[in-house]
Amino acid sequence: MSHAAPVLRVDALRVAYAHEHGAVRAVDDVSFTLRPHERFGLAGESGSGKSTMALAILRMIKPPGRIEGGEVWLQDTPLSQLAPEAIRRLRLAGIAMVPQGSMNSLNPVVRIRDQIGDALADHGTKLPRRELAARVRDLLVDVGLPPETADKYPHELSGGMKQRACIAIAICLRPKVIIADEPTSALDVVVQRQVMETLGRVQAELGAAVILVGHDMGLMAQFVDRLGIMYAGRLVEVAPIRDIITAPRHPYTRLLIESLPSLEKKGGLRGIPGLAPLLRDLPPGCAFHPRCPNAEARCRTEKPAVRPIGPDATVACHFA
Amino acid sequence: MTPLLELRDVTKTFAAGVLGRGRNVALERFSFTVDPDRPRVTAVVGESGSGKTTLARLLLGLVPPTSGQVLFRGQDLHALNAAARTDFRHHVQAIFQDPYEVYNPFYRVDHVLTTPVRKFRLAQSKSEARACIEDALRAVGLQPGEILGRYPHQLSGGQRQRIMVARALLLRPRLIVADEPVSMVDASLRATILGSLRKLHEDLGISILYITHDLATAYQVADSILVLYRAAVAEAGDVEPVVQSPQHPYTQLLIGSIPRVSTVRDWASEPVQGERDSTPAGCRFADRCPSVMPRCRTTVPPLFQTAPNRAAACFLYDSAPALPEGKVAAVLAAEQAKAPCAAV
Repeated sequence: MSHAAPVLRVDALRVAYAHEHGAVRAVDDVSFTLRPHERFGLAGESGSGKSTMALAILRMIKPPGRIEGGEVWLQDTPLSQLAPEAIRRLRLAGIAMVPQGSMNSLNPVVRIRDQIGDALADHGTKLPRRELAARVRDLLVDVGLPPETADKYPHELSGGMKQRACIAIAICLRPKVIIADEPTSALDVVVQRQVMETLGRVQAELGAAVILVGHDMGLMAQFVDRLGIMYAGRLVEVAPIRDIITAPRHPYTRLLIESLPSLEKKGGLRGIPGLAPLLRDLPPGCAFHPRCPNAEARCRTEKPAVRPIGPDATVACHFA
Repeated sequence: MTPLLELRDVTKTFAAGVLGRGRNVALERFSFTVDPDRPRVTAVVGESGSGKTTLARLLLGLVPPTSGQVLFRGQDLHALNAAARTDFRHHVQAIFQDPYEVYNPFYRVDHVLTTPVRKFRLAQSKSEARACIEDALRAVGLQPGEILGRYPHQLSGGQRQRIMVARALLLRPRLIVADEPVSMVDASLRATILGSLRKLHEDLGISILYITHDLATAYQVADSILVLYRAAVAEAGDVEPVVQSPQHPYTQLLIGSIPRVSTVRDWASEPVQGERDSTPAGCRFADRCPSVMPRCRTTVPPLFQTAPNRAAACFLYDSAPALPEGKVAAVLAAEQAKAPCAAV
């Protein structure tokens, strides 16, 4: 698997937002690759840059935000070289997004059938009514919704059903990459599990790769193959999920895992000391050093480089 | 002994549908007591629509019950005289989900701390008031110098929520009703805030009702737990046995659905039944229950007391005695070893 050509390659991507005190870098020199069929997780606290990362891959950063540099390759296509119209066609068809708030992503006054139909038509797939109905039906069944859902409006659906409808739209053009930005954060755990099972199943059937953005390490542990940890706009650690859980290398990763309340034994409530830094006022050196239990003098002045620590893993820490 | 706060056979329904003709039952025939002499941390866990926020609002007197009674020190909460009302507002405090909405953006955050000091005459002088406030802030892990004098937008969600905990602490209430206090803050901060709540209970003997959808934090913080499913109690008891060996099939499904940080991928091991639908006549979980029996579809199961400190509303346990209507508090108040303090 590690020899397969990557389906997506993010190379030294940088995104900044203009701010009254100068540019704020939300994504700082991030690189990673995504293999076909791979499930890759991007985890971090709020403000770590993970959602900006997802938008930047789709080139959906709006002013005052700006992609400052770097490249995103979808197979052999460098996305920065595409004209706006080509990028627009590539969204959904090449890279599709399952949004965070499915409640607010569907048009409230359009039936589900027509929302799927619009997505198809907008990308040049104009189908006769009969065929469209059959296509919509297949898509809904694929995501575990009853075919009658086609005639419904979003307010008639539960949160889990709306999120499934969003997955149906995301897969309607058989994309190579599906980016799911906290797709289940508004759902109850039981429904979350059902929706994630559905996402996993349709991904496998399509042979697509998935980037799951989120902060729930339990969800990551149960779903992804490889996990990237973001802190203050940087990817501080990437490793296969099993290695990250059993032997995290970056102190932040370790604290993040330890801060999760356990269901196995009591007395496991431990926070990460301090607060996540403001991106416009990052500490010098390693951005994590004020909260890091292992910080030494070097961490306060020298920014650790991202270095490989295995075939599939990188870390940005002087001592990891 | 008169309970501090009591819900006696409370039902709350809301009008539903365009013309308000339908009825949504948010909480059905629910009874619960808070004993002032035996402070406990009780978690109320359930999915959205289970009635947990309605429960909080009833306890705080924000909504009147449709039937049944809410009593504060034995008196109807909605017919208290002025003195009793002040007493209620002093001793029952709330911490809400959204640490952004509770602040008036035009006032410095000091306002939420100085107001209760003034209203309840907690201090004799300005300097004493200031000292009180600073102590409360330090107790929840905040530096007064970094907080006082700031406006809400200058603070993070976690800081704002901790100020609400400090505010509750200032009043030394007997009960804090915390409705999803950490669902909007980052995982790394949750532990800190819940740790301060737990500490208030241990140091000052404050009862805490922790309302949440997150079973893992409930397990860490609470002594006992109530699992709500669609307006009624599915299971209740000491948190340890309920979480470690759940009896009600819904609790089992809930605990099995929590994604665990483990290299064992046990999450997708068994398929989950469909989503809930219209209200059935019998057990509300019947449509999704893997162990459903014919009578579950016709009769509502009572709470069966399966052990001194736990009960489940499920016919699988009908060999155990049924708890008398409204006596769920009996299993929640059963004597038990004190839970170890969660480290902050």
